[in-house]
Amino acid sequence: MRLEPIEAPSPARRIVPPALAMAATFLVAAALALIAGGNPFAVFGLILTGAFGSKFALLETLNSATPLIFTGLAIAVAFRAKLWNIGAEAQLYAGAVLTVILGTGALGLPSYLMLPLCGLAAMLAGALLLLGPALLKTRLGVDEVVTTLLFNFIFLLFVSYLLEGPLKDPMGMGWPKSARLTSEARLPRIVEGLRLHWGFALALVAALLVWVINTRTTLGYEMRAVGQNAEAAGFAGIPVTRVILKTALLSGGLAGLAGFSEVSGLKGALTLDLSPGFGYTGIVVAMLALLHPLGVVLAALFVAAIFVGADSMSRAVGVPSYIADIMLASALLFMVLAILLTKFRVRRD
Amino acid sequence: MDLFDILLSASFWAAAIRIASPLIFATLGELICERAGVLNLGIEGIMVAGAFAGWIAVWGGLPLWGGVAVAMITGMMLGLVHSILSVPFGLSQHVVGIGLTLLATSLTFYTYRVVLPEVSSPPKITAFQPYEIPLLSDLPIVGPALFSQTPLTYAGFVLAGLTAVVLYRTPLGLAVRAAGENPAAVAAQGLSVTAIRMGAVIVGSGFMAVGGAFLTLSAFDSFFFDMVNGRGWICIALVVFGAWKPGKAVLGAVLFAAFDALQIRLQQTGIGAVVPYQVFLMLPYFLSILALVVMSRRAEIPAALMVPFNKGER
Repeated sequence: MRLEPIEAPSPARRIVPPALAMAATFLVAAALALIAGGNPFAVFGLILTGAFGSKFALLETLNSATPLIFTGLAIAVAFRAKLWNIGAEAQLYAGAVLTVILGTGALGLPSYLMLPLCGLAAMLAGALLLLGPALLKTRLGVDEVVTTLLFNFIFLLFVSYLLEGPLKDPMGMGWPKSARLTSEARLPRIVEGLRLHWGFALALVAALLVWVINTRTTLGYEMRAVGQNAEAAGFAGIPVTRVILKTALLSGGLAGLAGFSEVSGLKGALTLDLSPGFGYTGIVVAMLALLHPLGVVLAALFVAAIFVGADSMSRAVGVPSYIADIMLASALLFMVLAILLTKFRVRRD
Repeated sequence: MDLFDILLSASFWAAAIRIASPLIFATLGELICERAGVLNLGIEGIMVAGAFAGWIAVWGGLPLWGGVAVAMITGMMLGLVHSILSVPFGLSQHVVGIGLTLLATSLTFYTYRVVLPEVSSPPKITAFQPYEIPLLSDLPIVGPALFSQTPLTYAGFVLAGLTAVVLYRTPLGLAVRAAGENPAAVAAQGLSVTAIRMGAVIVGSGFMAVGGAFLTLSAFDSFFFDMVNGRGWICIALVVFGAWKPGKAVLGAVLFAAFDALQIRLQQTGIGAVVPYQVFLMLPYFLSILALVVMSRRAEIPAALMVPFNKGER
């Protein structure tokens, strides 16, 4: 077989393959639910009500979407420039560590100084963590996929050390857990009494800002040019190395913000299970969003709904909640294929 | 214990070979994929799936070698998924690989929960036992280190030899290497680049899964969720370190494993009392990054690695 580019894809060409991809994802999930002894319709129904069925469920979904918007943006920014940042997990933890260092009483600042300081420090930490692999890529040509992946393991061990050593909560009864943030370092709830914090709003603002950067600034243009063809971009006078490093700083910074938002807005302290893989799930979010920053918000909501819904479904019927992870991974694979089929026709030789 | 005492003890080298074994299988698998021009980042998930599939098959009553075969077939099926997306459709090998790792890992965990819904700790199987090769195992140091391993370890070294012979001494190996260096030339010979690359990814993925199964069938006797723990990514670094050559890659795996065995032993010495244990656990990952950095200057990378091939297009 052979792939042939389609000059002007018809509207059907653009809509049908992605729709089929989503249908295939749900078919896979239905088959797996059947294998586990669950009725697929009941399972999907429970996932839906588990994610949106009550005020509590809806707020839970929005809260869960928050870190995914940040990590999704981090990945989308990087992948658009073909910087394969698979290390958002570590960058998230780097942001969380800085938030805990600054926010647990070391500084006697009021809230309106404390929160921006923690947020900026978290961004800086995440950015610097990605700068290393980015420099290895630009200076020595070391593939950043492997280095960022390996950094995830290294940094999580570092966090484990911090939580058993310097950052350990003296009141923590021996658990590897940091002290709690002071109230000045906590992101307040958007509406008093509702369990949704300002991190969600911050994530929306971040998405908007990334969209502005992408579409309205020179950097956004340069990042896309480098991603489409680095050689041609360099030939056209774009400083490719500098653009890649700037992309790394932006991407790592966004992932760092996820850590800040989770600690300051939701958890109030750092533990080793702060992130159940938000950095990796961010890849799925970014790909489902076609790397579009505003799409990231929608994709993060979709992904969070599946996770939150599957959790509640799993408690009700005996279908393991890992079905959510399978749905997202298959959605990712089906979707990349579908997107290709919107642009290319498959011809037999 | 002194550093020299450790390095001269047979048990240390026996441990190094044992730790190297899963890495050897998986590194060879990755090497075959990359030699044909496909980066397979599904390796981590394929190892998880292989570890589980082999173990659950033996738990279900198959003999140990049957478990190895089940793992291999599982890996090959996952390799088929990767190869369909990455070869004829030419999708981003980064995205496909990461996606496959996520899919294989979550499928494995899901199946585990479906098959064993009630267990708090996974059941144990009777794993491969060490087999002392007559005469050779009586040699000092080398005997207990090299020739008192489990049959699966011996199989790993045999596989390394076979891979080298096939890659460098057969027309098939030449075709695989050419598909990774100059696919247009392969197509000009009337051979199908698509078939060669898909075959390499499928077979390579089978080897990766056996590497995973080594953990459950030989190194341990049970399956744990975080048991592969980044070994797949380390193998990718080992392929680079080994300059895409089977012999060097095996040597790299053994060196790496020796280092890993050393850090485990150093944890129990005076140094371990001062330095936090996390630092020791970090060392293998740092070593992998270091290997990538050191080798980055060399230009042995297959020229068409990660370059999709679409016939009739130059």
